[in-house]
This record gives sequence, structure tokens and C-alpha cells, in this order.
Amino acid sequence: MNFKHKYIFLFPGLFVLIGILIFPIIFVVRLSLSGWNSYNGLNFIGLENYIRLFTDDPRFWESFFRLSFLSVTTVVLQYVIGFALAHMVWKEIKFQRFFRVLFLIPMMTTPVIMTVIWRTFFHESLGPVNDILGNFGLSPKWLTDPTLAKFTVIIVEVWQWTPFMFLLLLAGLLSLPKEPFLAAAIDGASPVRKFIYVTFPLMAPISIGAIIIRLIEASKIMDTVYVLTSGGPGTSTETSSFYIFIKGLREFQMGYAASMSFTYLIIMIISLTVIAKVLTKLLLKD
Amino acid sequence: MGKLYTFLKYFFITIWTVFVVAPFLWALTTSFKDFNSVNGGVTYIPWVDFEPNLEGWRVLIKSPAEGGVDIVEPYFNSLFVTCTASLISIILGTLSAYALSRYTFKAGPIKNNDITFFFISQRIMPPIVLSIPFFLFLGAVNLLDSLIGLIVVYIVLLMPIAVWIMVDFFNKVPREIDETALIDGCNPYQAFFKVVLPNSIPGLIVAGMFCIIFGWIDFFFAFILTFTEVQLLPVKIVALNSSITPWWSLSASALVSVAPLIVVAFIVERYLSKGNLSGAIK
Repeated sequence: MNFKHKYIFLFPGLFVLIGILIFPIIFVVRLSLSGWNSYNGLNFIGLENYIRLFTDDPRFWESFFRLSFLSVTTVVLQYVIGFALAHMVWKEIKFQRFFRVLFLIPMMTTPVIMTVIWRTFFHESLGPVNDILGNFGLSPKWLTDPTLAKFTVIIVEVWQWTPFMFLLLLAGLLSLPKEPFLAAAIDGASPVRKFIYVTFPLMAPISIGAIIIRLIEASKIMDTVYVLTSGGPGTSTETSSFYIFIKGLREFQMGYAASMSFTYLIIMIISLTVIAKVLTKLLLKD
Repeated sequence: MGKLYTFLKYFFITIWTVFVVAPFLWALTTSFKDFNSVNGGVTYIPWVDFEPNLEGWRVLIKSPAEGGVDIVEPYFNSLFVTCTASLISIILGTLSAYALSRYTFKAGPIKNNDITFFFISQRIMPPIVLSIPFFLFLGAVNLLDSLIGLIVVYIVLLMPIAVWIMVDFFNKVPREIDETALIDGCNPYQAFFKVVLPNSIPGLIVAGMFCIIFGWIDFFFAFILTFTEVQLLPVKIVALNSSITPWWSLSASALVSVAPLIVVAFIVERYLSKGNLSGAIK
């Protein structure tokens, strides 16, 4: 095919994206090496921000481990539940289309807006959850107990994003070839064995893709936390993004926030690459 | 074995259905309550536990001066930003995806897959990393607190999705149809617009739906980059939450904001059943 045309197809999109992103990214790096304040603008201070971050800011690292915990837990739960649901509505069942649509709906809703509803849902005295639990003499503090608040964030995240996992896995299941299942049926394999030896291995590449995509999205957890608990009580639900947000756009320590965001981005890229490699090794043995 | 599995299956589906529906039901009943039926203890069933009224829904279209919350303008702002950004992303993304699927690019070590990865990898970028420079840059060119500024930012969020879905889709459209068109005397653009695009409508619809979902549900950038001139729906509703918490209008506005995307759920399911999404995640 002709050479010239391919660039006309590719370049508009590529250059728009690069054009919008290039200066912000360079600027983040430059900003991270600066002390920034509103009266004298950027002044170069070298690696000072990074030194402070690595030696003198346990709160950043705590928020990062909290984020890792939250995103890994939610993604594992989403994967297990999403796979189970997808497997259940994959084959003929009653009201199949109804359930498929229903299970997709939460991901179509705006997380922050649903979180506002969840806040009223888990309200300690006026919410239905505690009203029902009250009959058994329980009144958990869903949003103000440091441990339980994390759990509440996980519930909301699982509700919101399991549908996305469900969608990817169901699309995968629907695209599987028929032959291996026929062969298993001829061999008289039980449903459990069929799942372990046929369905699951065939789904492994799709599973890896889905888990990585969800981990990427889950690592950005921020607006749910902002609305649900504002990082509280104390800092017990604060994630990296939220901490950077507080430093950068609440306390206006832009330079320091930039150095944190850059570090955070690098850690994200490295850990996602490692996770992708490990998962590929675990699930695709051959 | 079979019976136990069936029982567990329906048991699990029932539980999950209740879990999915619960917040919606709660919001729906709450939206018809008044002050007393919210604050005087938990109430569930209309006409039995409390007397339903339409106040929560009425204030949605009243202006703030009349004690309303006026979500009409934010609603149209959200629609406008989402649709415009999705449209631009789909157009640019589709063209790039077509190039990446049909032609080979090579610039030193950079090949097609690397360019595709560059597009998709923008999703890895945590929004917070871009928020500070975007905040300062849009401020510098006077686009802070404007619809255009938001659209520019949303293109970055949405174009990777469009490219991701369309590259896989074009890979599944047989090359023979472009080649036949070229032999028949079309130029590459005619081949693309007259032959390939009409065969790619399912892919375009799926990509469009995903762009609309991820544009519509964004809160973070709208929250940081707009203040008073332009308000998008999620920001407006969350602001409502932090004031005196009128749960009835809060619930009503939440339901109104969620409603249009339910249609999207039906469309996505339809194309899912036809097997149009399967290639996208491998």
C-alpha cells in the first residue's frame, strides 16, 4: 500500500495526544525539582523534594501500602465474583439477558454519585444497614471506625467495578472455541473438572488482561474515598492519590506534590509490569 | 452434583441481584421522603412507613433562589462535554487505530505495537499526576473553569479507550475488503470511509459506549478544573452532599444522573452477546 497515507491516518490522533500531554509531563518533572509558591514561582532546589519524600514522609508510604492493600483486595474480590457471575450467565439460564444487563449497570453509574448514596446507606443512625443490624443489637461504625472504613471502601469499590470484570470475562467466555468443551463432554468430565482443566486454562490470557486493566483503574482510587470518608477517620483510608491531592491542591505544596506524583507514577509502572510478568508465569505455565 | 450447583447458582445470583439493586431502591424510596421520614428513624415502604411526596424531585428544576438545586444546567454541561470529547476521541482514535492495524510503522526501535502501547498506556497515568500541570496550564491560557478546557482533558482520558477497542476491531475486519476496494480504483481514503468504516459500525458503537461511560463518570478532573462558571453534574451533586444533606433531593438527583447510562448498559449487552467485545482484551 502507499506510504504517505498511513501517516495521515495515524498522526492526527498521535499528535493531539502527545501535544496535550508532553508539556504537563515535562512540567511535572521540572516542578518536582522546585520549591513552588505563588509569589516567586519556580525556584530550582534540586533533589530536595525527593530526599524529603524518601527519608522524612512516612505518611506517603503508608498511603501507598494502604492503596496496594485496597486495590489488590478489591481486584481479587472482583475477579472471583466477576468470574462466578460471568460463568453463571454464560450458558442458558432463565432471564439471561435481564441478568446480564443488571450485572452491568453499576459500572455505568458515576462512582461519586453512588458513593453519596452509599454514605446515606451506611449512615450510622439513619441508614438501613444499621437499622436492620440494630435488630440484632449491632451498630457498626461503617465510616468512622478506622478498620471498618477500609472495609466499607472495599464494599463500594466491589459493587462499582465487579461489573467491569464481569463484562471482560463474559466477553472472553463467549469467544472461547467450542471443540475443547465437546471433547471434555465426550470424555464425560464432571463440571468441576471441566472448569479446572478446560475453562480456566482457556480463560487464563483473558484473566490476566482483565486483572491488569482493573489493577490499573483500581490504583487510581480517589474520588470514592474523597466522598465516602475524606481519607478519614484520621488517615485510615487515605490513598496515594488522595494524599498527593491534599499536599498539592489543598496545601499548595505543588513542587513536593509533583515529586510525589512522579515517584508514584514510576512505582505504578514498575509494579504493574512485575505483576503482569508474575501472573503470566503463574497462569500460563506452558 | 447438578442439583447442588443449580441451587448454589441461583442462590448466588439472588444475593448479588439484591446487592446490586439495594442502593437504587434505597435512593428511589428516599427521593420521595420529607424531612421527618428521613430524620425520625429509618423508613422503607411508601404509604406504610411514610407519606411519599414529590418535593425531592421538584427542587431539581428550581433555581437556587427559589430554594432549589437546579441540576438542569450541570446536566447539559455534562452531556455536552462527554459527547464532544467522546466524538473527537472516536474520530481521532479510529483513524490512528486504522493506521496501526493496516500499515507497518518503523522508526528506529519503535514499531506498531509500541505506538499502540503508547496510546493505551495513557490509562496507567494516575489522574493526580496530570492534575497539577493541567491546573496551572489551563489557568495560564484562561481555560480553567471552562467547557473547552475540560474537553481537552477528557480527550486524553478517552482516546486511549477508543484506540484500544478499535485496533482490535480492525484487526478482525478482513484485509481483503480494503484490498478489493483499492483494486476497484478507490484511493485509500475512499476505501476507508466507504468500505471499512461501514463494516466497523459495531466496533464504533462499542468504543463510543465506553468513551461515554468513562467520560460521564469522571469526577476528579471536573472537580479540580472547574469552580463556579461551569459545573458538571457529579461535582454539583457531591457539593449538595457536603451542604445540609437534603437526602430526598440528593437521591432524586443521583437517580436522574444515573438514568441515561442505563440505556448504555442495554446497548453494551446487545453487542456483547453478538461477540463484538471479545477481541479487545487479549
